[in-house]
Amino acid sequence: MTAPVNLNHFRQPELIGKILQDLHDFQRPVSFMEVCGSHTMAIGHWGLRKLLPRNIRLISGPGCPVCVTPASVIDELSRLKGITIATFGDLIRVPGSRQTLEQARARGADVHTVYSPLEALELSKQGETIFVGIGFETTIPGIAHTVLEAARLNLADFSVLVLCKLIPPALKALLSDPEVKIDGLILPGHVSVVTGTQAYEFIPDKFGIGGVVTGFEPLDIVLGIKKLTNQLGAPQISNEYSRMVSREGNQVAQAMMAEVFSTGAALWRGLGEIPDSGLQLRSKYSSFDALAKYGLNITADQENTACQCGSVLKGKIQPSECPLYANTCTPANPVGPCMVSSEGSCAAFYKYER
Amino acid sequence: MKDDIIILGHGSGAGLTRRLIREVFASRFEMPTLDDAACVDHRIAVTTDSYVVDPLFFPGGDIGRLSVTGTINDLCVCGSEPAYLVAGFIIEEGFSIARLRQIVDSMQETAMEAGVKIIAGDTKVVERGKCDGVFITTTGIGFRPAGVELSTRNIEAGDRIVVNGSLGDHTVAIINARQNLGLLPAPQSDCAPLHEIVRILLNTTKLRFARDATRGGVATILNEIYEDTGLGLILDESALPVKQSTSVVCELLGLDPLYLANEGKMVAIVSAATDEMLSQLQAHRYGWDSAVIGEVTTEVKGVYLRTSLGSLRPLLMLDSDPLPRIC
Repeated sequence: MTAPVNLNHFRQPELIGKILQDLHDFQRPVSFMEVCGSHTMAIGHWGLRKLLPRNIRLISGPGCPVCVTPASVIDELSRLKGITIATFGDLIRVPGSRQTLEQARARGADVHTVYSPLEALELSKQGETIFVGIGFETTIPGIAHTVLEAARLNLADFSVLVLCKLIPPALKALLSDPEVKIDGLILPGHVSVVTGTQAYEFIPDKFGIGGVVTGFEPLDIVLGIKKLTNQLGAPQISNEYSRMVSREGNQVAQAMMAEVFSTGAALWRGLGEIPDSGLQLRSKYSSFDALAKYGLNITADQENTACQCGSVLKGKIQPSECPLYANTCTPANPVGPCMVSSEGSCAAFYKYER
Repeated sequence: MKDDIIILGHGSGAGLTRRLIREVFASRFEMPTLDDAACVDHRIAVTTDSYVVDPLFFPGGDIGRLSVTGTINDLCVCGSEPAYLVAGFIIEEGFSIARLRQIVDSMQETAMEAGVKIIAGDTKVVERGKCDGVFITTTGIGFRPAGVELSTRNIEAGDRIVVNGSLGDHTVAIINARQNLGLLPAPQSDCAPLHEIVRILLNTTKLRFARDATRGGVATILNEIYEDTGLGLILDESALPVKQSTSVVCELLGLDPLYLANEGKMVAIVSAATDEMLSQLQAHRYGWDSAVIGEVTTEVKGVYLRTSLGSLRPLLMLDSDPLPRIC
C-alpha cells in the first residue's frame, strides 16, 4: 500500500501563488473547459476563477451525472408502487415533472439514499429493489461489481436502472460541434483513474487541442492550467495526477465493466443522443435490468425553450448569460439540468461566482 | 408555501425549516422573534426541543444526554442560567426497559453536570412502528441575570466571531454509526452542555450574541445574522478548528463542516477577542480548541470564507441538509 497523501502539500498558498503569478504573465485570451463537475466544485470552492487573469476563461463542461440524466427518470421511478428505490443522494432533490424523489418518499414511496450500490443488495433481501445507476467511469465499476455480486448471490429482487454514461465519447461529440471553441481541456481526475490517460489520446490528433488530467486540489488545478498554456502550440494529453492515474488506467475495473455492460447510444439531457456513450447490461445479466423488468420509459425531456443549459454544457455561454439564471432558475427551483445538482455548472456558478 | 406536504428537509434547520416556522407557526402564534428561547418576563427564559436520533446510542453520547444538553444550550445562548427541565417521552411498544433506564441515567447524569433539575415529565407508549424506539421532548426553564441581553441587534462591524471548538463532529459521528462506515477510532459526538462556556464569555468580553451551532451548522447561523443585521461576515479558513478525522470524512463525502450539526459548539459574536477570554475558554474541557474564526464587517454583503489562497468564497444559506455526492 502506498503512503497516505498529505493534502496540505497540494494547498500551499506560496507555491500556488507563484504559479498564479506566472499565469498572470500569460497574455493570450484562452478558454479551457473543466469537464468534470468535481473540478467545477473545486474551482469554486477555492475561488480560483477570481485568482486567475481575466484572459484565462474557465468554462464548465458536461461532467455532472445528475445534470445529464433526463428528468423523466424521476417520473418513471415515482410511479412505481411497492418497490424500494435505492439512489445516491445527488438524485433525491432533482425535480421530475410533478415531484422530487424526496417528495415522493414523503407521500409513501420507499426511497433510500445509499452511499454504496452494495447497500441496495441488502435492501433487496427485504423486497424488490431498484438501484438507480447513474454516474460516469468513476462509479460504473462499483455498479458492475454490485451486479456481479447480485448474480453470485442469485438475488431475484434486485435490479439496476442503468443510466451510466461514458466521458470520452461525450468529449468527442462535444468537440465535433463546430460552434464549440475550446483551447484545452482540464480532464477528470477520478474518471481517469479508471480509464487511464489513453482514453483521451484521440483528442490532440483529431481536434488539435490538448488536455491535462489533474487532481482536485488547488495546486493540481493551477498546475494543470499552466500545462495547458505551455502546450498550446503542441497539443498533447498530459498527466498532472500521476499519483493516482496511469496511462492504462485500472484494468481490473475496466474488465469488470466490460464483463457486465456493452456500449450503445445514450441520451444526455441538454446535449441529446450521443453514440457509444451509454451502457446496457449484457444479456447474461439482463434479469437485473430494471428498464425491462418494470417497463420503464425514459424519454427526452420537454425542456423550457428559454433554458440555455445545452449551450452552457457545451461551454458556449457562461451560466449568467442565460435569461433564466438566478431569475426563474435557482437551486431551490431549478428549471434546467445544470441547476439541479450542486455540481451542475449553473448551480456551482450560483453558489460560488455571483 | 411551495410544498404542500412535509418533507425531511423541513426538519433540516436550514432555509426550509425557517420558512416553515415563519409561514406556518410564527404567523399564527405570538412569536415576536424566531429565537431558540423566549422570555416570559424579563428574567425567566423558556425553551423546548424534541429529540429524535438514530442510533439512540452513539459514540460520545446518546439520546438522553442530547435531550438535556440541547435544551440547556438553547437556554444558555440567550444568556440565561439553566435551572429546570421537564421531559416528555414517546416510547415504542416493545422497547427494552433496560435501555430506557440507560437513557434516563444518562439524562440525570448530564443534568447533574449542568446543575439543573429534571422536575416533571410525561410518558406515552405508541404501537410498534409508530415511533423509532423513543422520542424525547424536553422543556427548559432558566433565569436571566439582570443586564444580560444577547441579540443580533447588538452586533457591530469590527466584532469578532468565536467558536468553542472543532466543527462538524456530531454529524460525522452519526453518519459513521448510521452508515456503518467503520471508521476507527469511531468519531465522537461533541454533545456537551455549554453553560460554563457562556459564563466565561460573559465574564471576559462583551458578548453580543450567541447561538448553539446545531442543525445547519455555523454557516446557517452566520447567514441568519446577515439577514437580521445586513452586516457582512468573513471567516478565515485557516482559523477554522476542524479535526483531521472530520475533515477526511467531509472530503470523502463532499460535505462542508461549516454546514454540519454540532451538539456542543456555539457561535459567539464578541466585541473583542481578549487574551483572557481565549485562555479561559481553552482551559475548559468543552472549549480547549476554541478559536476566533472571523469578523463582522461592512466590507462585504453576505457571508464569506477567506480561503487559504486569499480568495473569498460565498457561504450561502442552504435550503436543506447537505447531500453527499456521487463521486
